[in-house]
Formats: sequence, C-alpha cells, structure tokens
Amino acid sequence: MSDTSKTSLLALTPRTKARNAAEKRFRAYGIAAIAVGLMMLIVLVTNIIGKGTGAFQQTFVTLNVELLESKLDKKGNRDLDDIKKVTTFGYNPLIRGAMEAKLAEIGIETDMKGKDLEGILSKGAVGQLREYVTTNPDKIGETVEFRFLAQSRVDGYLKGRVTRESIENDKAISVEQLELVDQLVDAGVIVKTFNADFILGADASDQRPEAAGIGVAMLGSLSMMLVVLALALPIGVAASIYLEEFAPKNRLTDIIEVNISNLAAVPSIVFGILGLAVFINYMHLPTSAPLVGGLVLTLMTLPTIIISTRASLKAVPPSIRDAALGVGASKMQSVFHHVLPLAAPGILTGTIIGLAQALGETAPLLLIGMVGFIASNPPETLVDGLLAPNSAMPAQIYEWAKRADPAFYERAWGGIIILLVFLVTMNTLAVILRRRFERRW
Amino acid sequence: MNDMQFTDRAVEQKETKIAAKDVNVHYGEAHAIKDVNVEIEDKTVTAFIGPSGCGKSTFLRCLNRMNDTIDVCSVTGNILLDGEDIYDKRVDPVQLRAKVGMVFQKPNPFPKSIYDNVAYGPRIHGLAKSKAELDEIVESALRRGAIWEEVKDRLDKPGTGLSGGQQQRLCIARAVATEPEVLLMDEPCSALDPIATAQVEELIDELRERYSVVIVTHSMQQAARVSQKTAFFHLGTLVEFGHTGQIFTNPEDPRTEAYITGRIG
Ligand SMILES: Nc1ncnc2c1ncn2[C@@H]1O[C@H](COP(=O)(O)OP(=O)(O)OP(=O)(O)O)[C@@H](O)[C@H]1O
Ligand SMILES: [Mg+2]
Repeated sequence: MSDTSKTSLLALTPRTKARNAAEKRFRAYGIAAIAVGLMMLIVLVTNIIGKGTGAFQQTFVTLNVELLESKLDKKGNRDLDDIKKVTTFGYNPLIRGAMEAKLAEIGIETDMKGKDLEGILSKGAVGQLREYVTTNPDKIGETVEFRFLAQSRVDGYLKGRVTRESIENDKAISVEQLELVDQLVDAGVIVKTFNADFILGADASDQRPEAAGIGVAMLGSLSMMLVVLALALPIGVAASIYLEEFAPKNRLTDIIEVNISNLAAVPSIVFGILGLAVFINYMHLPTSAPLVGGLVLTLMTLPTIIISTRASLKAVPPSIRDAALGVGASKMQSVFHHVLPLAAPGILTGTIIGLAQALGETAPLLLIGMVGFIASNPPETLVDGLLAPNSAMPAQIYEWAKRADPAFYERAWGGIIILLVFLVTMNTLAVILRRRFERRW
Repeated sequence: MNDMQFTDRAVEQKETKIAAKDVNVHYGEAHAIKDVNVEIEDKTVTAFIGPSGCGKSTFLRCLNRMNDTIDVCSVTGNILLDGEDIYDKRVDPVQLRAKVGMVFQKPNPFPKSIYDNVAYGPRIHGLAKSKAELDEIVESALRRGAIWEEVKDRLDKPGTGLSGGQQQRLCIARAVATEPEVLLMDEPCSALDPIATAQVEELIDELRERYSVVIVTHSMQQAARVSQKTAFFHLGTLVEFGHTGQIFTNPEDPRTEAYITGRIG
C-alpha cells in the first residue's frame, strides 16, 4: 500500500492521462459541433441576404405625362362620372406620347413602335395614371411628372437576373427594348432605388411582380397576433394557474397535464384542418379571415404558453407561498400578490416565443384559405382587419415562391428577410425581458 | 414531593390557549402523528423537541392548518383554539392563520421591500386605516423583531438583500405585525449565528408577554433557555409534556432521558 501511494505529483498516471485525453476529445467534438452549426447559420444568412435584398429595390421610369383633355375629358366639363368612363385603355396613348416626348427630349432615335415603348413600363402604369386623374381631375390639361414602375424584365435586367441571352424566347421583352433601356439608364430616366412599396404595399397579380408588396400580408399577420395574444395569454395563464396552484392532484388532472404536453407536439396542419372543420364549416366564420387564422394559431400557441407558464410558476419557491399563507393570505392572494409577479417574466418570455412560432406558421393558414392573391388594399378598420380576407407573411412568401416568374422568387426571399427581422426582434425582446426581470430569492 | 410539585404547578397554571385531543396525522399511508394530546397555555413559550423526523413540524403545522396545502396529508382528532375546533367545517383557514402566525425554518421574506414585507399582513387584513397608521404598525413590528435599528434607513430596499439572521428577524416582525394570538416557530434559529440567535431568543421571551409561542428546536439549550413548557416527541407520539425544568432535570420517561442526554436522536 505504501508503494502505490508514493507516486510523484509531477508525473501523470496512465489513468489521469486517459482521462485528460477523453476530456480533450470531448471538447473537440463540442467545438466541431458549434462550428458546423455556425457555418450553416452563415450559409443561411448570406444566402437569404444575397437573394432577398434585391426585393427592396425596384426600377422606376420617370416621365412627364401630358394629361390631354381631348383624351380624358372630351366634353371639357370635368365631370367625374364622365372622366371615369375612360378606361385604362384610354390612357395608353398618353403614356406612349410621354415616352416619345422623353426620347425626343434627350435625343434618342429609335424606330420602335409605341407599343414596344410602353412595354418598358409596368402594366400597372396606366392604372396608376387613371387613379391619379380620377382623384385630381383639376390637373387635366397640365403636364405632370410621374414615377412609373418598370416592368419586371427591365427590373431584372438592371439587377442582372435578365440578360440578352436569357430572353431569346421571351415574348415580354426584346433585345431592342433592352438597348433602349441601356440608353434611358444612361440618361437617368430609368433608375433603380429603394422601394418602400415592397414593405408597405399589397400583393399584385401574376403579371405584375414588380408591384407586389408584403405590407397587407403583414397587417394580416398582425391582426392574427392580436387575436392570439388576446385569447391565448389570458386563457393559457388562467389554465396554468388553476392547474398548478388550485387543482387537486389526481388522475384527471394528470390526464389533462399529459394531454396538454401532447397538444404541443401536434403538427400544425392538424390544427389547420380542425379550424377549417370547426370555425369555417361549422361556425360559418368567413374564409380567409385573420380572425379564423388567429383562432387556429391560438389553439397552437396555448400549449406553449401553458407549459412555459406552469414551468415559471413551478420555479417560484414554495417558501414564498408558505410565507404568504403564514401571514393569513388566502390562496388566491398568495398567487396573485406573490407568485404571479415572480413568474411574470417567464410567462412573458413564453408568450413571446409562442407568438413568434405562430407568426412563422404557414401550414394551417393554407387550409383556411389565407393564401393566394387575396387582398389588394390594406384593411381600413380593425374589424375589417379581422374579418376581411387577407393573407399572412409566411403564406404570402409561400405564394410567391410558388409562382412561375423568377421576379416573384426574389420577393419571396425579401419577404423571408422581413419575417426573420420580426422573429429575431421578438426573440431578442424575450431574452431582454428575461435578463431584465430575472430575480434571485 | 408530589404535593410540592402540585402546588408549584397550580401557581403557574395559565389559561389553555390550544388544546389538542387525539390528533392523528397521515401522509397518505404513513402515520406521522399518533394520538397526540396536549394543552398549550396562553402567554407561555412551549418548546417541541425530539429527534429528526419525529413529527414536530407536522404537528406544528396542524396548529394553523398549514397542512391543508399538502394534498396527501389528513388530520383527525380535535384541535381547539380558545375552545373552538379549528378543523370545523365552518372555519376558514385563512382567518385562523391571521390568529395563529408562523415563522418558518428557512427565512422566507417576500422579494419586495422591507416595508412591504411587514405591511403586507396588516394590509390584507385591513388593520390600518391610513398610511400613518400602517407606518406605525410597521415600525413597532420591526422594533419587536429587534431589527428596526438596522433597517430603519432602508425600508424601501428589498428584504431579500438582508443577511440570513436579519431576514429571519424580518420574518418574525412580519408575523407579529398581524397581531396573532399564537406564534408558531419552526426552528427559527437554525440558520442563525449565536448573536442573532440570542437576539431572537430575547425576542421570544418578550413575545411571551402577549402571545402564546410554540417553538420547535433541536437545541436542548435553547429549549431550556426560552421555554416554560416542553413537549418531547418520538416516532410520532408525544412521549412527555411538562414544565421545562422538570423535563430537563427529572424526566419521567426513559426515552426522554435518553434523548436529552444524547443517547437517541
Ligand atoms: N409533505 C410530506 N409528505 C409525506 N410525508 C411527510 C411530509 N412531511 C413530512 N413527512 C413525514 O412525516 C414525518 C414527520 O416529519 P416532520 O417534518 O414533521 O419531522 P420533524 O420532527 O419536523 O423533523 P426535523 O426535525 O428533521 O424537521 C417524517 O417521517 C416525514 O417523512
Ligand atoms: Mg421539522
């Protein structure tokens, strides 16, 4: 025995060596795992940013349009009803004329016909012009400067997505038109700038990717979040407090508890089909309404909120409850005066994380019809926002990714950037709240 | 000799505050308290002693129905406070706990200000009509808790920021602020250093003038110092109950003697 105890501290025993080696290996595994995770994150973020930033810029054409009285108001009495009789077709000549005038002004000679000149602009340009005239009839007869969207191929050309080779079989644009675009860019008539309409605007039809925006879908998401917050938070917190603090511990509450945990694992599409069956087919709530979307997402978020609330209630030391009861507080007073305030930060973080999950949820929305080109105008009132058909951010992204035109693909990536900004903000808020209110007792 | 003791006791006899009759407590299957009968006197300090796990805390918690919060716990028998059965169906345990206050083994101040810690009880019981009156209650409670001098300049600081001993005295102040008639203390000094312990013991002695105090302790010296009556529990039964002096100098039961002399426990 005395022999073995006489080893030197300076020499490592084989056991120690093996132990140290094992620790080193484990550390290496850990670092490797983190590196892999980080790399994936970097790939993801650079990919998203690389593909999505283009959506925040758009190509515009600035033209001076002469609002000819002879075309828009033949009678000359500025009667709005008469002016409204002129369809968008009636505005085509104005744009053609403005284009020709601009070319003449900067001295570009071209043998292209008016229709091809117009083709550089978005198909929505005439609508934009008509909208302006019907709201400002007094401007008829004057020349007004307009900033029109360029059509998506021109936009793609400026962003490098469209090249002369890629449009060989493309009916929407010709090489001659691109030549002209080059000249107009040099002259400063066509410029690519930041496009707030992408963030604020509504989705557009298949034909006009250049006009599509995510703003209305954002409002749809926001309305749904309001519904989720207004329903899931009070219901979830009340259910958790009852289960955790008041309910007797018996077979029944055990079953409820297990089922709530199970509910959290139910795939979201199941909630979607449930929402379709119950809220739309049975209760006859309007299809595609954010209210219904919000109800479905509430079902999904409830378990998350209940689980996190119960966890934070459990984390409050029982000695606090004893202390309150010991000075003669009732059960309810001890919960509401002492336990709940201590659990609040945890409840709040859980709620925010639940909301963030709900915000990114797509599948259930597909089933209740909140996807597709639905709303072309932002809702005007809160009730409208809840009941009028709308989409939501992730559903809008899905819709864009599904469309054929690559210009929509870019917008899908742009939408993902916006969605991620929301999610990261919410999660950061959750972390900050947790840090800020974390207490020791 | 017997006669001597009898007269002695008659002089000291005070009114019975709490009377327990045939109390049995079960935690599910486990029988934690077996047929305990005891009479706790008013304006007296009663010490519960006994080896760990013998049921002191359990019995103490019966006296203000804190056991109600434990699902598996069931209490049978009668416990009378001033002649009224506290386990009667009509009794609201909340009202009972306002009369029978409790100080726990581990100091458990609320994570609120020192002031709010003490003011909480009076507030929920509506003991103060104005802010000034509440201030007064808080100050006198903190004085009785022997902690006023240390905290009077930082009443708005969190109670959890105090040292362990200060926290325990704050908890005592919190308990006395609601003007209970009985104060139950479960090993109130187990987390305290000798100086704080001495302060708390002094405090207990003062509290005896107004309240009936029941204290659970593992320290024989403490029981001998602060209590007039002592109850010795062993394996869920009340082995011996009597004057502290008699229990410590001349116990009747061999188990009591064995415990006091350190042979069991
Ligand atoms: N919540 C509980 N659930 C089940 N059994 C319990 C519970 N609390 C106490 N017991 C049991 O009741 C018996 C008495 O416990 P109690 O806490 O009253 O002992 P004690 O005398 O206060 O011991 P100590 O001096 O160590 O505090 C023990 O056997 C214990 O295991
Ligand atoms: Mg105990």
